Amino acid sequence: MVEVTLWGSLGAIAGGKSKIEIEAKDIRELFRKLAEQYPGFEPYIDRGIAVAIDGVIYRDTWSKELPQGAEIFLLPRLAGG
Amino acid sequence: MNFDPRYSSRSFASVGTRPIRPDGVDKVTGRARYGADFNMAGQLVGRVLRSPHAHATIRKIDTSKAEKLPGVKAVITAADLPDLTDGDAAMYDILDNCMARKKALYDGHAVAAVAAVDARTATQALKLIEVDYEVLPHVTDVDEAMKHSAPVLNDSIFTEGVEEKPTKPSNVTKRSQYGHGDVREGFAQADYVVERSFKTEQTHQGYIEPHACVASVSSDGTADLWVCTQGHFVYRQHCAQLLGMEASKLRVTSSEIGGGFGGKTHVWAEPVALALSRKAGRPVKLVMTRDEVFRASGPTSATSIDVKIGARKDGTITAAEATLRYSCGPYAGMWAELGAMTAFACYKLDNVKTVGYEVLVNRPKTAAYRAPSAPMAAFAVESAVDELAKEIGMDPVEFRIRNAAQEGTRSSYGPVYGPIGIGPTLEAAKNHPHMKAPLGKNQGRGMACGFWFNFGGQTCTDLNIGMDGSVSLAVGTVDVGGSRASLSLVAAEELGIAYEQVKAVVADTSSLGYNDMTDGSRGTFSSSMATISAARNAIKVLRERAAQMWDVPVDDVVWEKGHAIAKGEKYGNLAALSLKEIAAASGKTGGPIAGHSELVADGAGVSFATHICDIEVDPETGATRVLRYTVVQDAGKAVHPTYVEGQYQGGAAQGIGWALNEEYIYAKDGRLQNAGFLDYRIPVCSDLPMIDTQILEIPNPNHPYGVRGVGETSIVPPLAAIANAVSNAAGVRMTHIPMSPPRVLAAIEAERGG
Repeated sequence: MVEVTLWGSLGAIAGGKSKIEIEAKDIRELFRKLAEQYPGFEPYIDRGIAVAIDGVIYRDTWSKELPQGAEIFLLPRLAGG
Repeated sequence: MNFDPRYSSRSFASVGTRPIRPDGVDKVTGRARYGADFNMAGQLVGRVLRSPHAHATIRKIDTSKAEKLPGVKAVITAADLPDLTDGDAAMYDILDNCMARKKALYDGHAVAAVAAVDARTATQALKLIEVDYEVLPHVTDVDEAMKHSAPVLNDSIFTEGVEEKPTKPSNVTKRSQYGHGDVREGFAQADYVVERSFKTEQTHQGYIEPHACVASVSSDGTADLWVCTQGHFVYRQHCAQLLGMEASKLRVTSSEIGGGFGGKTHVWAEPVALALSRKAGRPVKLVMTRDEVFRASGPTSATSIDVKIGARKDGTITAAEATLRYSCGPYAGMWAELGAMTAFACYKLDNVKTVGYEVLVNRPKTAAYRAPSAPMAAFAVESAVDELAKEIGMDPVEFRIRNAAQEGTRSSYGPVYGPIGIGPTLEAAKNHPHMKAPLGKNQGRGMACGFWFNFGGQTCTDLNIGMDGSVSLAVGTVDVGGSRASLSLVAAEELGIAYEQVKAVVADTSSLGYNDMTDGSRGTFSSSMATISAARNAIKVLRERAAQMWDVPVDDVVWEKGHAIAKGEKYGNLAALSLKEIAAASGKTGGPIAGHSELVADGAGVSFATHICDIEVDPETGATRVLRYTVVQDAGKAVHPTYVEGQYQGGAAQGIGWALNEEYIYAKDGRLQNAGFLDYRIPVCSDLPMIDTQILEIPNPNHPYGVRGVGETSIVPPLAAIANAVSNAAGVRMTHIPMSPPRVLAAIEAERGG
């Protein structure tokens, strides 16, 4: 079980919660379970969500493991120049 | 995919040296081929008809007269680019921006295009196209566009991110919010509070090379596109999707690039060129004029930002708050959100709140511009920070050091930081001789910090070893700042050979797996990771071939300094085999030797910089002169220090132009008044001092050599550093960018009068 912190707009989809607990071993499973539990997440996942694990931002490595006790933070997918 | 990207401390032979770049000679002799330098037999000239109105419904377009003009081979409108985006809103916006469908949304919006045998005929044909417009009220100012009375650009837009779903459409596409703690409580603890409002005008990246391409669609449905871009694989995806093609049937070759800075990260004219070629049955060259680049490519946002920061007498910030309104052009974006995320990222704050509003206006579609949105937010925040330090009576550097984020700090955008470089850049700035240099009359010094995320992405690289032992490195990230040199250094480092033995090229989309574009400061970070991986895979093959040549088990063969060595006393008489010797024998040991890599380079590591600037202000005219400028930035590991310094200097130079002169000026009719370099003034050499640089190397734990991206962060602090310098020199706080002479003079006179 990992605790996931949501950014503002995502919190509204999760019923106003800013943190949710999910049983997920990696980012792929996290997104799958988020979409199952909160269907409103799907368009955001399609648009792109980045996952910060202990401060390191992952945009595409969906196989990245979510260590127990790690700080998991969801962020919008970033644009760059 | 079993590549381990973790950093391990090591010494380097090639990395960190400064060889001449492989593309240097061609660039200084004019041989390098840019977007407009490619030609095909029988090619036509493409030209685009653009809206003269800021906002208008397109009732009807009659192209019949243009089509009848001798020499015209194709005329297209939005009808020739049907909507194939299948609900993908971002792609639909790109499509609509390439060719207006129902409405022209800004002065310069494309409404039709022509392919003809020569430029004169194409231009004549544009004049024969009749467009029936219904001119609509327009809005170009970000604050005006938020008002209830403003004309609404898109009546299907209802603000996202607000608690109650709006019942009426508006120009505010989204509200976003970041932060933690309780700012009200934090401000209650403050002894000093600074509250200010700031504005920044819209600027263009100012890349010297206009958008240019040659498109050739064959009758069998295959196509070639030669184009100036930051990401030819991304352009292939966009064009294939918008034209209903299979991606593999469209080969895209990237030219040399005369600057992009985010402005060449999605398609603008390329689908139009392909559609013209498809209709005409001949290749079409389409090159934007400078006027078109200004009016119809993607500048950055204009902004309006309110900042409030409170601190105790001891200099500890107790609360920080900002409201950021960013213009997006006529299409939704995440520009204010990026400003909201980055605004206070340099600081350790218990109570922080930022709110961003994305605002539609009748201006060109906003595009990324080097650390997009961060410079404007930093301008507002760092100006207020400077003023707060002054009110408390603290040195501005000491004040920042006291409040700087560090490892373990919760960032203002959410996650907790790992090892970061803001503290070291501030300490380096504090100790830099620049900070102690004397200043003369009407001169002021300013400094400021900046933050950018950096990111990686999908990356694919091929490393091929020729039979003569030379190495071809094919990468898929466009070289925007010397990455072919840095990637050659990395290949040389891993293989243990000389830099001169490696030749790096940017491969076309049919020669290599997909690569994300060169943005997010990812070129060297991502492709060096893939190059290390590819080189290690090639070394595995080299060891196997040496084992064959010696007839020994491969596990007994190691790779050291460019040679295979059989380890163990029993092999004492075997002379080491060089890469060259193994390559020469490759035909008899299993064929070509290559290393391949495909990976997602994640964990780019955030980046910080601190800039110092001295400015002289002429109090009679408001004119400014940059006397001295210093950039201190963390590079993680500088692979090719000269090009890292070049990135630092380039960011500072662009920032100086943005801070002091550059701005889009619109008339009341919504038309752009200064679409050319004579009236939109970017800095030239004579405007700039030598920009001094100091590279710090705090290794990124998520890259084998510790590399961080360096391309973008350097443009974040300049607006603020220069504003602080001008404010100190002029004796009045500057709150509006650019600080052009009339604006500085008005501020000085208002201060005198007040």
